[in-house]
Amino acid sequence: MRWNIRSDAPVYSQLVEHIKLAIVSGEFPLGSRLPSVRELAAEAGVNPNTMQRAFAELEREGLVLTQRTAGRTVTEDASRIEAVKRRLASAAIQTFWVSMRLLGFDQSEALQMLSASGKKEKED
Amino acid sequence: MAILECRQLTKRYSSQPALDHIDLAVQPGGIVGLLGPNGSGKTTLLKLANGLLQPDSGEILIDGKKPSKETKSIVSYLPERTYFADWMRADQLLDLFQDFYADFDRQRAEEMLQHMNIQPKMRIKEMSKGMREKVQLILVMSRRAKLYLLDEPIGGVDPATRDYILHTIISNYDPEAAVIISTHLISDVENVLDDVVFLNYGHIALHKSVDELRAEEGKSVDAVFREVFRCS
Repeated sequence: MRWNIRSDAPVYSQLVEHIKLAIVSGEFPLGSRLPSVRELAAEAGVNPNTMQRAFAELEREGLVLTQRTAGRTVTEDASRIEAVKRRLASAAIQTFWVSMRLLGFDQSEALQMLSASGKKEKED
Repeated sequence: MAILECRQLTKRYSSQPALDHIDLAVQPGGIVGLLGPNGSGKTTLLKLANGLLQPDSGEILIDGKKPSKETKSIVSYLPERTYFADWMRADQLLDLFQDFYADFDRQRAEEMLQHMNIQPKMRIKEMSKGMREKVQLILVMSRRAKLYLLDEPIGGVDPATRDYILHTIISNYDPEAAVIISTHLISDVENVLDDVVFLNYGHIALHKSVDELRAEEGKSVDAVFREVFRCS
């Protein structure tokens, strides 16, 4: 996984987002075993305590489970992951609308540009 | 119990206070950045913790005890300057540390020397400044100590080596241990810190978790530091 930790926001919340994205995108598949906190912390170049806190948050949200013997695994509940995926998607859409409004495009113009760019993407 | 505690700790040089009635507690299991401009008292604080200086008033306690032979067995200290005899070879320094400290992990030190491409038979006087600093840090981080006090550990090395050193610190330290790093290179270290302490002319200007600070200010610790200590 590529970790890109910005310095203007809490490390902890960025780790939560990174891992969520890795789960949603299937990089960490349903039910799979996760690397240890120490390994991931070293890979991301962050403090293991912060990585631990990020995992605690993911556990609270039910995306990650701690097994007594097998360490940490990704949930097998596909609907839970789907819900996170939807939430991330609506956040991305929200960002799009905000940017387009800032650039001075109204909704119909923005939609037109979006669908044109979608067609182009499909052809490529 | 705090692994390091200062109570109204005061140290003066001539009549100038270097540390002025400082209260500070550092708990085990974290990495703390000790940050401040030149002359703010960082090195003085670390020297007091090692018994190299005596407080004028107040006290400093390591694991509940005054700095002594006993506390030195649990504190691994990287001073601001290298102190090795320059005729010594890297492997002789490993022997020295093994003799001195029961908690020295020789295998770990040898692995790190190898990682950094330092020949065990090389003499200190044949090494560059950066290599000497690396050797010293390897020795200090190869102890299984309860408290690591690192005075400017990354000041003299290149950015790639800085990353390796920080990686060494986060992957080697025991979760029960505490690490205190004094440095000016805030942007290089802030992602690995739990807490930061800002020292300003002998006073503690701020003591907070990095994530809390970033959440409140919406900017990096480095940016906050530049604002707090702006030279006008």
